[in-house]
Amino acid sequence: MIRTRNLVFQYQKDSPLLTFPDVECPAQEQLLLLGASGCGKTTLLHLLCGMLQPAQGTVNINGQALDQMTEAERDAFRGQHVGIVFQKSHFLQSLTVLENLAMPAFLHGAAFDKREGLRLLEQLGIAHKANSRPRDLSVGEQQRAGIARALIHRPALVLADEPTSALDDGSAAAVMDLLETQATAARATLVIVTHDQRLKDRFGNRLNLTAQPQSA
Amino acid sequence: MKLNWLYIAWRNVGLKKLQTALSLVLLAFGVGLVSLLMLSEKQLSDTFDRNIEDIDLVLGAKGSPLQLILANVYHVDAPTGNIRLADAEKVIRHPYIAEGIPLAYGDNYRGYRIVGSTDAYTAHYGGEVAEGRTFEASFEVVVGAKVAEATGLKVGDEFFSAHGLQDETDVHTDKVFRVVGRLEPSGTVLDQLLLCTISTIWEVHEGHGEAVAPEDREITAVLLKKRNPLAVLTIPNTIRETNMQVALPSIEINRLTQNFGIGMNTLRAIALLIMLISFASIFISVYDNLLARRYELALMRTMGGSRGGLFLLLLLEGGLLSTGGSLLGLVLSRLGLVALAQLVEDKFRYDWSNIGVMPEELILVGLAIFVGLIAAAIPGISAVRIDTSRTLSEAQ
Repeated sequence: MIRTRNLVFQYQKDSPLLTFPDVECPAQEQLLLLGASGCGKTTLLHLLCGMLQPAQGTVNINGQALDQMTEAERDAFRGQHVGIVFQKSHFLQSLTVLENLAMPAFLHGAAFDKREGLRLLEQLGIAHKANSRPRDLSVGEQQRAGIARALIHRPALVLADEPTSALDDGSAAAVMDLLETQATAARATLVIVTHDQRLKDRFGNRLNLTAQPQSA
Repeated sequence: MKLNWLYIAWRNVGLKKLQTALSLVLLAFGVGLVSLLMLSEKQLSDTFDRNIEDIDLVLGAKGSPLQLILANVYHVDAPTGNIRLADAEKVIRHPYIAEGIPLAYGDNYRGYRIVGSTDAYTAHYGGEVAEGRTFEASFEVVVGAKVAEATGLKVGDEFFSAHGLQDETDVHTDKVFRVVGRLEPSGTVLDQLLLCTISTIWEVHEGHGEAVAPEDREITAVLLKKRNPLAVLTIPNTIRETNMQVALPSIEINRLTQNFGIGMNTLRAIALLIMLISFASIFISVYDNLLARRYELALMRTMGGSRGGLFLLLLLEGGLLSTGGSLLGLVLSRLGLVALAQLVEDKFRYDWSNIGVMPEELILVGLAIFVGLIAAAIPGISAVRIDTSRTLSEAQ
């Protein structure tokens, strides 16, 4: 489903090269990428969804090679097929939670089903916040709203960037449960990038990222 | 439920209420002041033009030529004095002069001037009798539309006049005026006058029983139409020895508006400055929004938003601010004009209540919106260039 080969990334022309192990995850399965801070986890996640372009190597999602696309095509592809859960969920502060859920559909030109959005919020236990401003939600609620937004447009791939590191043990477990069940329910492939050791035992499918040497 | 860029822009603008209010108020004041200047200049020149029509020269007593024009054409200033009817008639009969309309006045009714003249005066301004008939005998009066409205004088009413042009302290209680007609509104000076025969004015001021000798009769001024362009050059020579002068309304009014012009230009410069500041404010507002919302913009990119879409969003935000501010400005200038019209009407008895939108104002609003868009386009370009990955990494 998602597969990388020999990924190498360079921020600027003379900055050190970052190399990444090959990542592979079959459709509808779940993969944990575990690594300490500073090993380029977020960089890898951005490479996986085409926000960054590798210096070498390929990223392949659903049989489509991201490096073969133009930037606009990658934007559109990501909008349609990828959902992203961030460590701290960002929202459009001027819009309500429900309107934020409508954003992915709007941005790739699809219709938004309001009932579908409310149902998802219901499952995540924050239906009563549908018409609230994002800033009026607690951190845990924001994280759940972030999961809802990543899944609302039924993407084939869900990427989660440190989804639990800002949460206490209880909330972290709850968020992970929700993320896993929702991804399964949506038949989405789930890739989690984290340094959070608490998640280690939840996933059989696991890849350790190691700190990068200065050059490779 | 379906989102669109305009709705999101609207909500974004609404989120920063103070900043938005500042931009709107500044632009509204700038646009409002410029449009108020345009409106009042137009009203002023319309008022001048309507009344100056076809009057080539004004004959009256020596003094300030501008005062002569203001007093006798617009009836807003005191007359320069009186002239002898016999002298005036010589000028009227000059071969270069086509027509002369004599004016005599010195009394008022509740602040409205009672002007003695002939039917030619009414005819000159296209005055039509709406009710009753025109004046024929002494002490018969035709009231202008504005006067009738303000004083409630109707055909058949009788009243006393007061000496002078403004106050009502010295009322002639021995002479009774009778209203015989009312004029249609003409938008000219006729609207604010009470018209009667010249001999009426003489009779009001004659002592009891003793008539003024015909050769000593005086009038205030004569409105002249020339037959020959040379009249402008020759008439001043023929009256050099008398106490009379002639003035050219067009030249005097030009001088007046030029003097006004300096003040107008200063105001205009101030208004443009305010507009400039408001554009800076819109720029800062949109730019500030951009900085505060870089994560939001990057987020939209991760959800498939195109660079063009983000540019459009910021452009719409600037457009909303500049459109809102400009329209608010038009409303403000209308309110200003209504206030000004009240002042003008109280002081000069001219009607300035025409507040339709002028084409020049549409150009002004169009320009303001355009510049507002430009002010938003600069941060918009930064939004287009935003580095999604880095912005999101920094946010963590």
